[in-house]
Amino acid sequence: MFDRDKWQEILHTISKNKLRTFLTGFSVAWGIFMLIILLGSGTGLRNGVKDQFKDTASNSIWVFSNQTQLPYKGMKPGRFIRFTNQDYKMLSEDIPGIGESSGRFYIPGSSDVSYDGEKFDFGVRTVHPGHQYIEKTLTIEGRFINELDLQEKRKVASIGTLAKKALFKNKNPIGEYIKVKGVPFKVIGVFEDEGGENEQEVIYLPISTAQMVFNGQDRVHQLMFTVGDANIAESKEFEREIRNRLAETHHFDPNDQRAVRYWNNVEEFMKFQNLFDGIQIFIWVIGIMTIIAGIVGISNIMLIVVKERTKEIGVRKALGATPWSIISLIMMESVLITTVSGYIGLVLGVGLVELVSANMPPDSEFFKNPEVNFQVAITATVVLVLAGTLAGLVPARKAASIKPIVALRDE
Amino acid sequence: MINLDNIHKSYPVGKSSLHVLKGIQLEIKEGEMVSIMGSSGSGKSTLLNILGMLDNYDEGTYTLDGTLIKDLSETKAATYRNKFLGFVFQSFNLISFKNALENVALPLYYQKVKRKERNKLALEYLEKVGLKEWAEHMPNELSGGQKQRVAIARALITKPKVLLADEPTGALDSKTSYDVMELLRKINREGITVIIVTHENDIAERTDRVIRLKDGRIISKEEVHV
Repeated sequence: MFDRDKWQEILHTISKNKLRTFLTGFSVAWGIFMLIILLGSGTGLRNGVKDQFKDTASNSIWVFSNQTQLPYKGMKPGRFIRFTNQDYKMLSEDIPGIGESSGRFYIPGSSDVSYDGEKFDFGVRTVHPGHQYIEKTLTIEGRFINELDLQEKRKVASIGTLAKKALFKNKNPIGEYIKVKGVPFKVIGVFEDEGGENEQEVIYLPISTAQMVFNGQDRVHQLMFTVGDANIAESKEFEREIRNRLAETHHFDPNDQRAVRYWNNVEEFMKFQNLFDGIQIFIWVIGIMTIIAGIVGISNIMLIVVKERTKEIGVRKALGATPWSIISLIMMESVLITTVSGYIGLVLGVGLVELVSANMPPDSEFFKNPEVNFQVAITATVVLVLAGTLAGLVPARKAASIKPIVALRDE
Repeated sequence: MINLDNIHKSYPVGKSSLHVLKGIQLEIKEGEMVSIMGSSGSGKSTLLNILGMLDNYDEGTYTLDGTLIKDLSETKAATYRNKFLGFVFQSFNLISFKNALENVALPLYYQKVKRKERNKLALEYLEKVGLKEWAEHMPNELSGGQKQRVAIARALITKPKVLLADEPTGALDSKTSYDVMELLRKINREGITVIIVTHENDIAERTDRVIRLKDGRIISKEEVHV
């Protein structure tokens, strides 16, 4: 099979039939090239959409209070529900299975932040320590707000990297005092957040301190918690249980869907996960179609090749070529062409994807880091070569069955 | 050398069949040079195909150099062709993308002879047919007579017992035809049995014996008297 003479024979045939070889190879190279581009774009899309979820823990559920919709025990609909510290306590202590949890108290009015007389309009959030896991804030200097800060109602703040840059320039911020609505808070930490520029300009304060300083009493506007690795059904179960507890405390109908509202990241993430899967299937379908087109192309051209070489094959048989030697000659030629051109298509495709990847603007949404799973690409090439061989088998057998008499008959 | 006993052959034509050879009885001795003549449709090409193991026959026996040639597998037939027979065709049938030397060397490739050895032998045979200095030329750079001489060299390189020539001069002018016949005669004198299919009388006259076919039967096998 691997004797030098046979390869020389094949290389000789190829070099004497350049156009034919090019045409055969082109359809293969094109098929692989298209598949690589598709897979690369698919991955880019997936990376882009996944990026949108970097900000928040994908297993978190957010709870918002709202107006009642149903009458309950003689009370009219349209009442406003107001969460309190008591509700947070219930959430964090009484519900089994809940991971991290936090509340948020909204500071009334605009909350300008200043240092050294310079004012900024940053987002200020007043939270519990568990919030860092829910929002995925990563402390890089100092520390985040802790339980002791809450208990002692300390006036401390953790600031985002961009907030630090704006307020302090190159100065070390730890231990410095910033003013939030004129009230001084001591900076205890700096954090990083992958959720984009806005998230890095946030200032976090302990919720208890904020309630005291900004006259919020025990008011909580929003509750948040994580649910471990619960699936959608289990996360819905948490929603129902918490709604029941809140209904008891705040006297509303447990069936009232409006009184308490949820933003369920488990569900949202699943939606996108399903979208990714759909896109992935779509790409494979298109890819396989492209490969089939390539195979049909090879088969077609090889058939023409055999037709064109009928006479030559007849001569070879008359001179003593065995059927197997004819089959292997045609097949090995086909394998050689498909392998080499498949590799060329692969390299060009990967090259283009890498080029696009390198020149992507960094802030592009929904499309990031297109890349090719190399294993997939290699698999596709192997499949194409195998399929090309199979496609070549039919013409090769046809060639082997050529009767020399028919081939040599003078027209 | 060749013994045909009651050979029958029919081809299916649509639903019926066409009886082409109707009991051929023929013996060709070693070292003979015979011609087979007949009009088209007489079965001479079919007979040549059977002699050349390019086609099977339905009935009878065919022995070549003491070997029974019957119902051979394709692979076996290929080996026998390579070992026993040399072919020369009317339209030369050189492989167009191989030069003269490579064309001559091709049968040895199927005998798994080493490349160096092949090329050396091929050059020897080209010299024999007077085309040594044309070894590197492609077929389309050769004249008809030269092409046929390359084809003859290719047929001889495996040292066959029998040379089968199908209208070897059919595409050549008279002068070249006689040159080719001269060459075939020279080969014959070296001991190779030569069988020529032709429809030209002046070609047939240059062989030892003429076998005339008509409607699938041999009508005469007379010696040529010059």
